[in-house]
Parts: sequence; C-alpha cells; structure tokens
Amino acid sequence: MFNKILIANRGEIACRVMQTASRLGVKTVSVYSDAEAGAMHVAMADEAVRIGPAPVNESYLLGDVIIEAALSTGAEAIHPGYGFLSENPEFVEAVEKAGLCFIGPGAASIRAMGLKDAAKKLMEQACVPVVPGYHGENQDPDFLHAQANSIGYPVLIKARSGGGGKGMRLVESESQFVEALASAQREAEASFGDAACLIEKFVTAPRHIEIQVFGDNHGNVVHLFERDCSLQRRHQKVIEEAPAPGMTEEMRHAMGSAAVEAAKAINYVGAGTVEFIVDGSEGLLPDRFWFMEMNTRLQVEHPVTEAITNTDLVEWQLRVACGEELPVVQSDLAIDGWAMEARIYAENVEKGFLPATGTLHYLRFADNVRIDTGIAAGDTISPFYDPMIAKLTAHGTSREDARRKLHAALGETHASGSVTNINFLSDLISIQDFADGNVDTGLIDRYSEQLTAVRKLPDEVACLAALQAAGLNKERKSFSSFSLWQPLLHTVVLNDHSGDEIVVTLASVEGSEWEFTSDGRAHTLIRQCHNQYLFDGVKLRAECQSHHEGISVFADRAWHITVPDPLDGVDSSADGGDVVIAPMPGQVKLVRVAVGEKVTTGDALIVMEAMKMEHALTAPRDGIVEEVMGNVGDQVEDGAILLKLEEES
Amino acid sequence: MSILKSTISAASETFKQNTAAHRDALEEVARVARNAANGGGEKSRARHVGRGKMLPRERVANLLDVGSAFLEIGATAAYNLYDNAAPCAGVIAGIGQVHGQDVMVVCNDATVKGGTYYPLTVKKHLRAQEIAAENHLPCVYLVDSGGANLPNQDEVFADRDHFGRIFFNQATMSASGISQIAVVMGSCTAGGAYVPAMSDVAIIVKEQGTIFLAGPPLVKAATGEVVSSEDLGGGDVHTRLSGVADYLAENDTHALALARQAIGNLNLKKPDSVTFQSVEEPLYDPDEITGVVPADLKTPYDIKEVIARIVDGSRFDEFKARYGNTLVCGFAHVHGMPVGIIANNGVLFSESATKGAHFVELCSQRKIPLVFLQNITGFMVGRRYENEGIARHGAKLVTAVATTSVPKLTFLVGGSFGAGNYGMAGRAYGPRFLWTWPNSRISVMGGEQAAGVLATVKRDGLERKGEAWSAEEESAFKKPTIDMFEEQSHSLYASARLWDDGIVDPRKTRDVMGLSLSIALNAPIKDTRFGVFRM
Repeated sequence: MFNKILIANRGEIACRVMQTASRLGVKTVSVYSDAEAGAMHVAMADEAVRIGPAPVNESYLLGDVIIEAALSTGAEAIHPGYGFLSENPEFVEAVEKAGLCFIGPGAASIRAMGLKDAAKKLMEQACVPVVPGYHGENQDPDFLHAQANSIGYPVLIKARSGGGGKGMRLVESESQFVEALASAQREAEASFGDAACLIEKFVTAPRHIEIQVFGDNHGNVVHLFERDCSLQRRHQKVIEEAPAPGMTEEMRHAMGSAAVEAAKAINYVGAGTVEFIVDGSEGLLPDRFWFMEMNTRLQVEHPVTEAITNTDLVEWQLRVACGEELPVVQSDLAIDGWAMEARIYAENVEKGFLPATGTLHYLRFADNVRIDTGIAAGDTISPFYDPMIAKLTAHGTSREDARRKLHAALGETHASGSVTNINFLSDLISIQDFADGNVDTGLIDRYSEQLTAVRKLPDEVACLAALQAAGLNKERKSFSSFSLWQPLLHTVVLNDHSGDEIVVTLASVEGSEWEFTSDGRAHTLIRQCHNQYLFDGVKLRAECQSHHEGISVFADRAWHITVPDPLDGVDSSADGGDVVIAPMPGQVKLVRVAVGEKVTTGDALIVMEAMKMEHALTAPRDGIVEEVMGNVGDQVEDGAILLKLEEES
Repeated sequence: MSILKSTISAASETFKQNTAAHRDALEEVARVARNAANGGGEKSRARHVGRGKMLPRERVANLLDVGSAFLEIGATAAYNLYDNAAPCAGVIAGIGQVHGQDVMVVCNDATVKGGTYYPLTVKKHLRAQEIAAENHLPCVYLVDSGGANLPNQDEVFADRDHFGRIFFNQATMSASGISQIAVVMGSCTAGGAYVPAMSDVAIIVKEQGTIFLAGPPLVKAATGEVVSSEDLGGGDVHTRLSGVADYLAENDTHALALARQAIGNLNLKKPDSVTFQSVEEPLYDPDEITGVVPADLKTPYDIKEVIARIVDGSRFDEFKARYGNTLVCGFAHVHGMPVGIIANNGVLFSESATKGAHFVELCSQRKIPLVFLQNITGFMVGRRYENEGIARHGAKLVTAVATTSVPKLTFLVGGSFGAGNYGMAGRAYGPRFLWTWPNSRISVMGGEQAAGVLATVKRDGLERKGEAWSAEEESAFKKPTIDMFEEQSHSLYASARLWDDGIVDPRKTRDVMGLSLSIALNAPIKDTRFGVFRM
C-alpha cells in the first residue's frame, strides 16, 4: 500500500478519498486554490499545497503544478477524484512520466472511451448493444426505409444539419415511414439547404441505468450491479439508486455481462461505469438496453453501490493501483437491500435550477444516513466550483424503506444562507410515480410545474418566524411581555421567499403562549420546549435559525424569511418631495430641463451661482417636470422653489 | 436565609371564598381597564385608522421591543370623571424597553377628544415625567394632541403643576442628561408645539404631523393669512425650512423605527447599584395571594403569607422578629434584586415605629431598596400611648421614610388610613412607584369612625340643648358619611384621580415589584442624609 497519496481534487470527493486513505494508514496531501485555504478538504489532509488562484483553469486543472506538488511532498500516487483531470489521458501520462502512480485506468483506456463515436464502434465490435441507427451518406428512401425496418419502430428521423426540431419526425409504425421521410427531407432542405436525414431508434420511456465495473492489472473484471440515475434535471443527476426499480435477474445479468465485456475490450483497470440507455416503456427487457458511454473514473453516485455491496470502492482503487488483485470474484458479490442517494445543491429551483452562491451560516445534517460533504457551517459556496453541498445516501431493507429514510433525512438536513434544492428533492421522492418505481428521464419534466411552484408561506411558519424575529423563541425571560391589564399587540413584518410582505401580529397570553393573527386569521402558538410547539393545539416540530440573511424555519420543509428593516431604503435626508429648492440665496445660471420632460433621481436640473460657487441642483425623485419657477438670471432667495415635478399617481 | 412556612391550605373553604371575592373585584378593574384601553370608542378609532394612522396602543407596542414588558401607569385614570369622556385620561403612559433600555412612553390618544389635555391628562403626563426624572428614564412623547382642553382651561393652564410644567420638566430633565424624544404623529398645536420644540430629538410624520403655535383658523382670524396646515407647520416645512423637527418619517411605522434608532444611540448604561442573585421562584405560588388575603379588610391576616408568595425562594431574613411585631421588617430578594421589606401586621405601636426607623437606617446605609406593604389602620391611640410619646416615635419612622435616598416602592395591600399612610411611604413620601390592589381602601380614617366623630359632635350639641337623638336618627345621620367614605376610599376612585400609579392584580405583585425595582435601578442610589430624629 502507498505511504502517501495526493488528492487532485476538492470538496466532498477529496474528503471521501481521504477518509478511506486515513483508515488504511495512508498519509494524504490536499491541493487548494486561494478560494479554499480554509476548506474542509484542506483541514482534513495531513499536508496541503496551494496550487493557484480560484479559477479552476488556474488551479485544479493545472496538471504540472499538481504533479510538482506530489513530488515536493513525497506522495507516491495521485487520486484524481471525479471531474477536473480525472479523465485526461495526457495528465495520466504526465503523472506516470514523473514516476508517480495514477489511481485510475491507463491513458489508453481513457482515450478509447473519450470519443463517443469511436467508443460506440468499439463496443459494437465487442458485441455490446449500442443505440441502433443509420448515420450514413446513402439517402435513398428505399434504403432508409429498409434501415428503419431493421432498427424497429418507433424510429426518429432527424435532419443531419438540423436543430430545434426542424426536419424531425417521429415514426410510430412502418406504414407512416415513406410519407414522414419525404416531409422531413422537404423541411430539412427548406430550413438548412441539406435534405440529408439520419435515422435512430426512438426510446419512448428512456431510463438511465449504469453498471459499476472494476478491473485489476491481472485481467479480472467484475461488475457491482446497476444504478438507476434516471432522475435528472438539466442533464444532471439528482437522485440515484441501486438496484434499479423493476430490474430482473435476467436483465441484470445481460447488462452486467455487457459492461464487463466493454471493460475487457479496453483492458480496463480500476473503477469505471458503463452507462446504458434503457427502454422502460414495457418494463425492463434484456434486448432493450443500449450502450451510451463509459465513465473512466469513480462516479459521484458510487456510495449507493458501496451501500448495497458493503464495499469501499476507494479502498479497491488504492489496492488495484498498488497492483493487488481485486479482493473478490463476481460470485462473491450480492445485493444487500436498497440504497438511494440525493444530491443537495445550492441552487434556485424556482428560477430554473440556477446555481446559487452564499455562505452557509447554518448547516446541519441528518444523522441516520451517509453524508458525503466537503462543506461545513460557515463555508461559502463560491461561483468558481460546482455548487454541490452534500450527498445523502440512505440504505434500507427495501426500496420503500430506503426512500422513507432518505425523505426523513432530507427533512432533518437544514441549511441556511443560500437557497438549496432540499425541498425539491424531498418533494421529488414523494411523487407517487417515483414511490411506485415508475422512473424515467422525463419524470422531473412531467412534474416540473408542481416541483418548482412557489409555495405560500404557511401561517404556522409565519408565526414561528415572527416569534424568532422578535427574539422570543427561547426560554421566557423575567418580565417578558409583562402587562398589567391589556397585553400589547405587536406587529412583525416579514418578507417571504418571493419578497412578498407578510404582516403578523402577536400578543403574549402568558408564559410561553402567544396569540397571533396573520392575514386576518387568528392562531395560538405555545412553545413547549426547544423545537417543539403546539400550533392551534396541534403538535409542531420545527427548528428556527436566525442568520445574516434573515430567518430559516425548518418544519416539514425549509422556509427562508427575511425581516425588513423599516429604516432600510428610506433616505430621510433626501427631500423626496416634488420640488427643487434653492439651498441658499443666489442666481440661476442654467436650467437644463423644460416642462413635461422626464427626469431621473439625481439628474442635474438647475445650476445656481451663489457665494462664487456653482451648485448643481438635482432631481429629488424620478418624475416629470410640471413647472419651472426659476428662470436663468433670476436672483432667488434661500428656500425658493425653483422647479416642481408632477405629483406621483 | 430562613424560608417562610405557610400555614394556609389552598383546599380550605376560606381560601376559596377569598379567591372568589378577589376575582369579582379583579373583573371589575379589568373591565374598566379594557374600556379605558379602547380610547374614544369604535367610531373615533375607525376615523383615526381611516387617516392611515396607527392606534395609540399600536404605536406604543411598535415603539417598544417585541416582548418588552409594559408597566403602564394610570391605566384606569379619569374613570367616572368628566362623564367618562376621557378614558385613560386621554393619554397612555408607561415604561417599556427599546433595545433593552427602559424608557418612559407618553402617548396621546387622539381618539379621545382629539387628544386634548383634561386636568387629569396633565396630571398623568406630569406623573410620567416625574417617574422618568426620578428613575433616569429617557422620555419618548408620541404626540397627537390638540393641546389644552378649552372648557377646562382654568384647571390646566395657570397653576404650577399645569400644562407649562411639562416643558419645564423637559428642559430640566434634558439638563440632567435624561433624553427627551418627540415623535409628532398628528397635531401638536399651541402649547403642544413645545413638546417637540423642547425635545432633544424630534421626528415628524410626513403629511400627518403638524406643529404650530396657532393653527390655520387662528392665523386667519389674527392676520387674515390663509394657509394650509401642511404649509404652516407640516413635516416637510419643519424638517426642511424651520428646523423644528429633525427627522422626516414616511409614516407611523417609519417614525417609530426612527425613534427606536434614536434611543439606540443614547449610549446609556445602567449603574451597578446592587448585587444581583440568580432568580428563584417563590416556594408558594404567587397566584395563591388572592386565596390567603381575606376579602374583608376587617379580617386580620399574617402579611408573611403574602411575603412568602412574593420573594425569591420564599426566603426572608426577618429583622427584630420578637420586637414591635406589628411591623414586619426583613431582607429578601425579588427577581434576584435585594430589598428591605416593611410590612404591616397590625396597628403601629411605638416599638413598631422605632423598629421601622432602625430598619430604614440599615437599608439606607446598605443602599438596599425599600418595599412597603401597606395595610394599616393607623397608630395606636389612647392615653398610655400618647403619654409614652407615640407621636415622637411615629415621627422617627416618618422622618426616616421621608429622607432616605434609597428607592421606595409602596403597595397598598389592604387599608391605608390616617398617619399610618405617612409612616408607610404613602404618595406624599415620594415612593418611586405606588401600586394598589383592587381590595385596598384609602381614606383619612375609616368611614364608620368618621361618621362616629361627626355623630359625637352632633350628639354633644343636641344634648347641650337638652334635645334627644334616637338611635335611628343617629344612624340616618351617619349613613351619608359612611357612604361617602365607602365610595371615595375605593381603589378605582383613588386610581381614577392618580393618587397611585395604578391598580395591580395581587397575583402579579411579584412581577410588578421586580419590574419597578429594575426600573428604579436606572438611577444611581445616592447617600442618605436623614433629618433630625426626635429622640
């Protein structure tokens, strides 16, 4: 085993690799950019080397700098993690040239899988099924018709030069083909000046199922079963599970064997994943899966495989890289239960999953699931890197068991300071279709309206937030809210997630009991103890956190509320009025606007000369000039009104 | 410290009867307070709100920290006076916290006769200022008032403690470093104009607050000038041209936020006057007070049963327990603060009075605040007592109480009659606060006794003339006096006239005491210099 390795990565994967390394007694070296000197992956490592400024192409993508770091710290091997340099064959060669070991496949394997078309041809030769289609030059309609018949319907006709759906036709059955092709060709000719079309198998209910494979230097290759990664948004996986719902032994065997064949075809060493597209329209059938690509590295979602196979794939990576044989043979491997992983990102779901940034003032994870993270409370999600906060992996005896555990864990994972997709994930895995195992890559799109809807702040959350905002969500202090005869009715103004104003009034009843009104509805809230309340007599568990951004309330889901300061945004020094006034006695030198003209706050409207100085008088607000009283040459008194704006409607 | 032992059972019949009797009295006060809090009634409130203004109690609430205590004074002021035209005397006053700082809030209620000043409005405003001055509380005036109530001008303008005193107080408090902040949220006319003008900081609400010595009608009458009230003295004019106000607020909410900001910038620190202990709840539930105190004032009870339900841990270091025991004296803590308690347990004798004076001396030297629990029919009368000089001994107690510099708090927990009122820090003796229970009664002497005195004089006269006076005639003669005393000694009658700072629910005595103490400790405790004790 190695004595010391360098991890050429950051975030959760760097931490993940270091966990195994330190368990095996292997010293670790981290690399970091200027943005991450205080990051968890730096703190965890035995040694850490700065490699450059924050942008990745000036730090984590600099192979030579990283190799130099490994050499200078005496590391024997480099673990690339995923992303960055993990699938860069030139980097692999440079590592090896420097006399270091690359923990991963050889450069040739990576190259073989790097070019998608070449990889598909290679797989066809190895008898691994690829998505059937004709991409050739022959455009004879009868020839294409015959191709379509052999591919099998439904097929998709696409313009070779096409895009945006132009020249694209879905053909459900043979009888429609001739007409559809003619029409597609006409449209392609008209749109792109090129009538050429290609034909592909159309997968009606596509699922993304991948097989984890592992090879060693002794010619052994095993597979560790499948993962279903069909739940994607913007082509990025958010929920992964293993095994795949509806998987049969026959199908698993077929896919597993195909994946092993694929790996063997390129003499694959180390951890790899063979991704397939599967037609799930009629259940999983052994002749309805096709090779898409192979990822020649450890995948983000490897924890689900580790969970169901009781393995540590990073340990395997290290052992194989040292030249050891795989610790198991295929027949030793079996599936134990079900695992499901959710990826928590800092992103704005309601704004089309826009990546978000911010400092996570508060971060608490659930404790009954596996957490893979490189972020701790107080860390900042910067715009330079992937905004993933953590992966939660639940392991259960059954799919439903794992799903329920994951759902509970998402509810107990509390983050504030940046928007996250936690609510979205929680809602997603609660959809009945998902719970029933009816997954395919279109599921999120089908439910997107419901999943990305902006929710109205429930009254109980508004009341809790008001209590928290008032600093009263704690043990009652002496005299708190004391009144002789009439309790005072306080008003708390909150802004919900969308910035809408919510006005809550509260009055103390006695002890820890409060009366609230929100939008005319009356409620009572009793604080029983930390995080436990009775809301209108019903038990409510919730956690409230105050932070720089406002207040987060974590009940069934996370709610983020801001507390507006009434002094914010009101500049009491500005006139804010309708008039421009002479600040001192003087002469009007210049009038820059005329009646009816539109002006903007701060525009210089009039120039006055007084005390031998010129003074530009500016517009007090946006508006339209109603009247100009000060004319050029006028000698005016202090306080004279020189110009008036039309009243605001 | 020794722990008081209660001998009263909450299950006893007497306890239940007492509780029921107190409940009736409490409900009456609660009803009166509720009406007072409603100000000028629904119509007037709707009109006020219709102008985009916050109701006065909302203004107070939104000025204070959410969750702040509000120790209101004079909550039933002017009850049954002026034909009940001025509920709460048309002004809300009390102490609350802003950014944790105790402040005195005085808020005009414009729904009550335009917030004009009745005689009791003036008295309440001045009392609030007096409390602020004595306890070093910054003052916030939420102004919305038409000035003096003209039909009552003879009782509000000319005398020393009339309207002008308000501005005198503002000037003298400002001089002693007690901040004066005015928020003009409505009219501020004539004399009222000086409230913001005399303040250290003045905030005015745009197109709502006005400040002028004479309003548009008076201006027109005097000089013929026609001017709108906004142009005469609106927020824009006063923050831009005149400088009478310092901050222009968009609306009530913004104005109150500006006032909070102003208080946040006062740079105040509470003096470190006493040693605090951690707070301990009493061993006996304070709610039991209404069960242990008899409803009928004539029934004696042990005041230590009350003390046990007020002080921390029911711990009480009783001083001179075996001497002059009709006056109970001792040390305790309330909400963690040290107090010396002086409480009546019967009529005052010479021994009780000198013991009390001794105890006041101890507390004054140690700078421990004094709490008086007043339930007193007076000093003992009779030849023996006069001859031994009870007046001389009583004078010692009165001198000590009058001249001590430690804060005094007085609670009327029963009768307050005659010179007993003086020795036990009645209103005239300047307690920082004087609170009263609904069942308490206050008068120069008991109604029966007063009627008896008058009847004796009359009988003597009749007998001198040789005329007879039947028992029925005497009884009929005495009745109006007894009735008058009965009416005038009632706590609501007393509190309506601001003879005290308010009626409190006996069960809240501990909290009111703690709050009052905490407020009093905003002012440093000075060294005491006593007067001459008649030895």
